[in-house]
Amino acid sequence: MSEQFSPKILGFLCNWCCYAAADAAGVSRYQYPPNLRTIRVMCTGRVDPAFIFRGFIEGADGIFTGG
Amino acid sequence: MEAGRSPNIKMLTNADFLGLEGKPGDFTAKLRLRPRYIDADNCTACGLCTQYCPRHHVDKYNEGLAMTRPIHIDYAQAVPATYYIDPGSCLYLQHETCQICVPVCQSHAIDFSQQPEELDLKVGAVILSPGFGKIGEKTLEQFGYNKHPDVVTSIEFERMTTASGPFQGEIKCFSDGRHPKRIAFIQCVGSRDLGCDNGYCSSVCCMYSIKEALVAKEHDPSVEITIYYMDIRTQGKEFDKARQRAENMGIKFVRAKVADVTPWKNNLRLTYSTLEARHSFAEFDLVVLSVGLESPKDAQGIAKIAGIELNRYDFCKTETFSPLTTSREGVIVAGAFQGPKDIPESVTQASAAAGLAAGLLTKQRGQGVVHKSYPEEQEMGDEVRIGVFVCHCGINIGAVVNVPQVEQSTADMEGVVYHTDSLYSCSQDAQEVLKQKIKEHNLNRVVIAACSPRTHEPLFQETLKDAGLNRNLIEMVNIRDQCSWVHATEPDAATDKSKDLVRMAVAKVRGMKSLPEQTVPVTPKALVIGGGIAGMTAALSLSDQGFESLLMEKGKALGGNLGLLNTTLAGDESADYLKGLVDRVRKSKLIHVVTEAELASLSGFIGNFSSVVASGSGAKKKEITFDHGVVVLATGGREHRPDLYLLGKNNKVVTQQELELQLAKTKKAPESVVMIQCAGSRGDDLSYCSKVCCNHAVKNALKIKELNPDAQVVVLYRDMRTYGFAEDAYREARLGGVVFIPYDVARKPEVYEKGKKLHVRFFDTILQEELDLAPDQVVLSVGIVPEGTQELSKLLKAPLTDEKFFLEAHVKLRPVELSVDGVYVCGLAHGPKPLDETIAQAQAAAAKAAIPLVKGAVSVAPIVSVVDQESCIGCGLCASLCPYQAIEMVKVDNKRKAQTIAASCKACGICASHCPSFSIAMGSFTNEQINAQIAAFGGVREKEKAEVA
Repeated sequence: MSEQFSPKILGFLCNWCCYAAADAAGVSRYQYPPNLRTIRVMCTGRVDPAFIFRGFIEGADGIFTGG
Repeated sequence: MEAGRSPNIKMLTNADFLGLEGKPGDFTAKLRLRPRYIDADNCTACGLCTQYCPRHHVDKYNEGLAMTRPIHIDYAQAVPATYYIDPGSCLYLQHETCQICVPVCQSHAIDFSQQPEELDLKVGAVILSPGFGKIGEKTLEQFGYNKHPDVVTSIEFERMTTASGPFQGEIKCFSDGRHPKRIAFIQCVGSRDLGCDNGYCSSVCCMYSIKEALVAKEHDPSVEITIYYMDIRTQGKEFDKARQRAENMGIKFVRAKVADVTPWKNNLRLTYSTLEARHSFAEFDLVVLSVGLESPKDAQGIAKIAGIELNRYDFCKTETFSPLTTSREGVIVAGAFQGPKDIPESVTQASAAAGLAAGLLTKQRGQGVVHKSYPEEQEMGDEVRIGVFVCHCGINIGAVVNVPQVEQSTADMEGVVYHTDSLYSCSQDAQEVLKQKIKEHNLNRVVIAACSPRTHEPLFQETLKDAGLNRNLIEMVNIRDQCSWVHATEPDAATDKSKDLVRMAVAKVRGMKSLPEQTVPVTPKALVIGGGIAGMTAALSLSDQGFESLLMEKGKALGGNLGLLNTTLAGDESADYLKGLVDRVRKSKLIHVVTEAELASLSGFIGNFSSVVASGSGAKKKEITFDHGVVVLATGGREHRPDLYLLGKNNKVVTQQELELQLAKTKKAPESVVMIQCAGSRGDDLSYCSKVCCNHAVKNALKIKELNPDAQVVVLYRDMRTYGFAEDAYREARLGGVVFIPYDVARKPEVYEKGKKLHVRFFDTILQEELDLAPDQVVLSVGIVPEGTQELSKLLKAPLTDEKFFLEAHVKLRPVELSVDGVYVCGLAHGPKPLDETIAQAQAAAAKAAIPLVKGAVSVAPIVSVVDQESCIGCGLCASLCPYQAIEMVKVDNKRKAQTIAASCKACGICASHCPSFSIAMGSFTNEQINAQIAAFGGVREKEKAEVA
């Protein structure tokens, strides 16, 4: 394989902690790989396990939940 | 922006303050409104006039670094968003010619017939906040300003580095346009300088220089930056961390006095002398003068008109115990006019001033208040009509993400009927455009791709309401904080990510519905935790505004740390003040004091808290239940006791607080004293600076000298942080013979016993040799630690900083509110601070806490859970899982059904994700919407697969 594997990651971010932290990372200009696509939820408690399965079905290489 | 939107704030710009008559509650202020020559109601801020105006005009807003036209607007987000004509350079107003602008203006807004108007305004209280002035050019010229183009002030440099500034954020030398590779910052220009009669410290320059240096480094990591300073005064909350970050990034800090800046070949040569009196030279491309904050230009005029007194530096005169009260009753001061200060302090003071004014006006409360009304919500119709607005945020987004491409990518998405981009979508004019477009294209759902919904969603929701849409019909896509800022070097990938996120948001809004607004009544009482000066001030401030509070103190008596002080640096007797304060609290009918109190439990939410307060012990122990709408945290702090320098092991080693009491009690001073600053602070046990210790040391040193002028007082310090007007006391101490010697953090002083004698050995950085003294006493400046914050943090689910102080909701914009609604913080629980700042902050917390109490109701964000009782099977799983007890089981037609208590619900969605019958919907986060987002994420994958195939 000539090209490096670049995973597509789907993230569920809690509005109060992880989403806020991701904002803070931006304010501090921390650089990280651009592979993550996020969905904001008001709490990771909102994340139904079905969402995770669906994410994989839709082709995610990895699912990230931050809360 | 928010102020501009409020129907209860009338903004009079271009106005002069001419007179003030009357008394508190009944003032008449005389104002003159200068003509703008443009009808503000008609001006659409389109900017056509500026394009056609033929005359050039120095752009004062940009510090003269750019040219504009006599007809102009200072900046895009200006409020009101109306252009104006500078009469000093307009050809018509000067020479009665031209008038090109008149036919150019499509909305016929130009009106040269406008005349100055005088206005009598009936007001109950006056708040003075004229800001600060500029340091005179003569002072700047000592450092080559005006003589060499590459010597600039920090304010000019700030404009230079600003994305929306005249150079779009590009830093360059004025002499030849090259990018500077070596930049010097010279601190204390026009501050701590008796040469220009500014004996005070401007308090903010060290921190802003560090910020500017960091920004310059970000623009060009190869740039070498040196900051020449006397003391680095990063005394604010978390400020030392910024300095540490700057040092880690390679920014150099040199303790030196700069004598001269002279041209040297193509560059500039700095002559400076360091502590050990060595003269050195260094070459730079650009020199930035960190200019101080001067009193406002017309301070004396304002003082005369308002009838208030000024201090010796022409700032407003105030007292330690009433930091915002001027010498005239009913006239309140806030911001830099009260003394140089930064943004959080100014915002805090502004809230406090508003609270004090409200206290004066309780009788008139509610009169003349305009309640904002919104147009009726329009029917959404069945057709999905989505508008997508992509923001450049100046160059914050636009420089990384290809905004036009992102915008174009939405063109063929299902339901999108309109899409556009804007430079700043949060600016007032862009909000108007948003409203117009909603109407024009009959939009019923909006996607804003810009910054974080956490900061800006309320603003856009407000605009939606103004446009007659339900405020939930919007979805924000964060392509700044979580995209352009974090993928700054990968523009293509960032653009792809933005497109994906926008696609997912569009998928989500398709399924959005209008959600009804809900309000919950507020119990108009406050629980104030902590009976020190902060808590007492807050309770009194609330009582002045007519609200009841329960003031709980864990000790036997009110007073807190103030009881441990004798005098203030300004010489006030703190015991007298404390007694007066306690008397006022005890006499107030609206304050219930409970001492030896403990918070047994606290539950509820903004407007409807219920607490159980336990007091007394043994047989006298009792518990009371108190219902309240808000909580003010004033739990305070205490002196830190580090296990350093023989503290607690040798009784000749004491803390500053102990010394103060000893001096007050014995009225005798020791013959020789060595004080050690930052004992346990700034990197030892405590990582932070406690802000008050330098002042405390100077105060005690002066007291020793007063009691015993022959006493030898040596202060070993890292940076003397006698910021603001305390600098005068520091100077007085030096003149009085107190010896201040800086020590290097790598070579801290040593305290040891030799026989019966106590010795201090330290390296004298001025003499460059090691000294050994045997003083009568060693006094440690030990710093402050918070008390009881960890337990409360758990109880309230309110976050703390690493140092265990309460973390405010927003450091600059919401400095006294916590992220938990209805909870406010002040005093040492927020961070170490001196008395005057504690008092102002307590007044601010009370003022903020009074807002829901005055309103009498809070509105609940409509994102809470809703149970579809039709399909609910009554299993009760949701009620058992809800962490906020926000779901109750009720009987409906004799069947068990779940029901949400809206005001308790935090919208976490645990109930919805566990409901076996999918009967719970989370407003704006429904299963359908999240599934649509996931599918849209997948859609992106499909496209890629197709491309590969």
